[in-house]
Amino acid sequence: MSSSTPNRIDTTFARLKSESKAAFIAYVSAGDPDMPKSIEVIRALERAGADIIELGVPFSDPMADGIVNQMAAHRALEAGATTIKVLELIREFRKESETPIVLFTYLNPIYTYGFKKFHKDAAAAGADGILLLDLPPDEAGKNAEMTETGDLLHIRLIAPTTPAERLPELAKSSEGFIYYVSRAGVTGAQTSLSDNIAENVAAIKAHTDLPVAVGFGISTPEQSAEVAKAAEGVVVGSAIVKQVEAYGASDDLGDKIEAFVKPLVDGAKSV
Amino acid sequence: MSAVTDSPTPTTLPDESGHFGTFGGRFVPETLMAALKELTSEYEKAKADPAFQEELSNMLADFCGRETPLYFAERWTEQLGGAKIFLKREDLLHTGAHKINNALGQILLAKRLGKTRIIAETGAGQHGVATATVAARFGMKCIVYMGSIDMERQHLNVVRMRLMGAEVRGVEAGQKTLKEAVNEALRDWVTNVEDTHYILGSALGPHPYPMMVRDFHRVIGTEARRQILAKEDKLPDLLVACVGGGSNAIGLFHPFLGDDSVKMMGVEAGGHGIVKGDHAARFQGGKLGVLQGTKTWLLADDDGQIELTHSVSAGLDYAAVGPEHAFLQSEGRVEYTYATDDEALAAFKTLSEIEGIIPALETSHALAYVNKVASTMSKDQIIVVSLSGRGDKDVAQAARYLLPDEKPLEV
Repeated sequence: MSSSTPNRIDTTFARLKSESKAAFIAYVSAGDPDMPKSIEVIRALERAGADIIELGVPFSDPMADGIVNQMAAHRALEAGATTIKVLELIREFRKESETPIVLFTYLNPIYTYGFKKFHKDAAAAGADGILLLDLPPDEAGKNAEMTETGDLLHIRLIAPTTPAERLPELAKSSEGFIYYVSRAGVTGAQTSLSDNIAENVAAIKAHTDLPVAVGFGISTPEQSAEVAKAAEGVVVGSAIVKQVEAYGASDDLGDKIEAFVKPLVDGAKSV
Repeated sequence: MSAVTDSPTPTTLPDESGHFGTFGGRFVPETLMAALKELTSEYEKAKADPAFQEELSNMLADFCGRETPLYFAERWTEQLGGAKIFLKREDLLHTGAHKINNALGQILLAKRLGKTRIIAETGAGQHGVATATVAARFGMKCIVYMGSIDMERQHLNVVRMRLMGAEVRGVEAGQKTLKEAVNEALRDWVTNVEDTHYILGSALGPHPYPMMVRDFHRVIGTEARRQILAKEDKLPDLLVACVGGGSNAIGLFHPFLGDDSVKMMGVEAGGHGIVKGDHAARFQGGKLGVLQGTKTWLLADDDGQIELTHSVSAGLDYAAVGPEHAFLQSEGRVEYTYATDDEALAAFKTLSEIEGIIPALETSHALAYVNKVASTMSKDQIIVVSLSGRGDKDVAQAARYLLPDEKPLEV
């Protein structure tokens, strides 16, 4: 962080903490099914009550994503999504909204754009944080060209396979919040939640004051509520993306998304 | 043994976190970090363990058929009228290519790690076959990911894998070739990392793979160096190998890196020519980037999306080059060129007809360069070329181009 203005992510979590509520974080792929509809989708997420919007910047080879998010990135790229157009989308959304935006993507599109330049331009467009799935802090420290993060908060992943001795380093290098991946695997819905979520979140909390959000595999209001009991944030992605896939061509895409997301938000806020 | 026969100053790279200069590294989701670190430390232990080295070396000899001959290609040398050409006959290894050197080394490691399930990706199918082979030999469950286009053009290898009890899973994403197979293997590994070892098949991917795969293939160069000194009493002037990910090339080159007089040439797939989407020559029009765990030269568009590639050989049809090759190129130690589909097919035909050796289409790219360069060299000079695999798997495809009147083969 080079700026003294408080980041929207930090202020959002501070507000929710004072209300004793968990954050609901909604993921969609930017540009899915195309750019004009993508802005409708994002606005619908906000209307449904999402506290933070996580926006996938489409990449051709998303190795940590399951089939639903892979197809979303594919649709977006087929429809002409580019990194520059994603920044335009954020700028457009930012005209009317202060809801924080976290970018969720892979290193290569950002590296090709120019790591430092991307961070500067994305922050200027109105993005607040970034989660680069394939940039562990270990590498960020070893590649001089990957250290200038400007005003974008770098959110780090912690996985169930992360050894206890690695937690302090990850907690220290994370900004905004920590994204706890609730199970070993790729993104995508599952029928039951992993055990030990509460326990693992507590282990992370021992090393940091940052909020912990939990994602991967959460798809129902009940699961949303269950996770909200254990963590400060609930991330739902593939389940929403599936709705975009199903209703992408329909005139009331925004309404459909809002109607689907609202109960998930209510679930997270019910505890 | 290797200390005596390798060049005097082998490179000490990568560093402890897998960097070859600015290249390489470990660009993976957090879920895999612990497994990669465990693999790295277990590999270091195994490397220093005489019992591990003895088992590896015995299996390489008795199961795989090492050492492989260094064969003087007399008629080809005469035809080209220049440098003496020696073929390092990795095609004579069990399963028909160099790939088994690495598959064997890694399955012995998997055993040490207590893993019971093996996964692999494959392009041409040679690495898949090698992995299925060692999995059968050690009684482990084996799943091989393969692009559906590659399954079609390398059907013989699909059948070989299945005959040895492996499950071959077709990958329909993207352009349905090697890159997508690697993505699927990585997704499987992220999901099943507790009981699964991923036998990555080239000098690619996150650390420790580029280093470990190289080390398991160094036997190619170590033997070749000893053999050429025994036969000719001097070092070769030029080493030539094809480069997809670059495993056979790094295996041949590495033990010679300290021999300043030895030039080295890696040959990439030029496909239909160096036009976007029509080739897989990363050093021709590629850019620096990060793909599938490593920082290296790759083929991507201005937005960082990975470009389509093409090669007649499935094994070279891949968008990124191994990071150590990127490093050696940047240092000027190894040069890289390309051969087109047509040049590779012509060399395939030449070697078949003049030496009675049917080479793999991948290997044929290296031979195509020899076709060009040998006559420009003097008769007292020596070329050693890695004959990385045999062409049995390619006969149906080659026949389509070279024997148009032949009834199409059904494999």
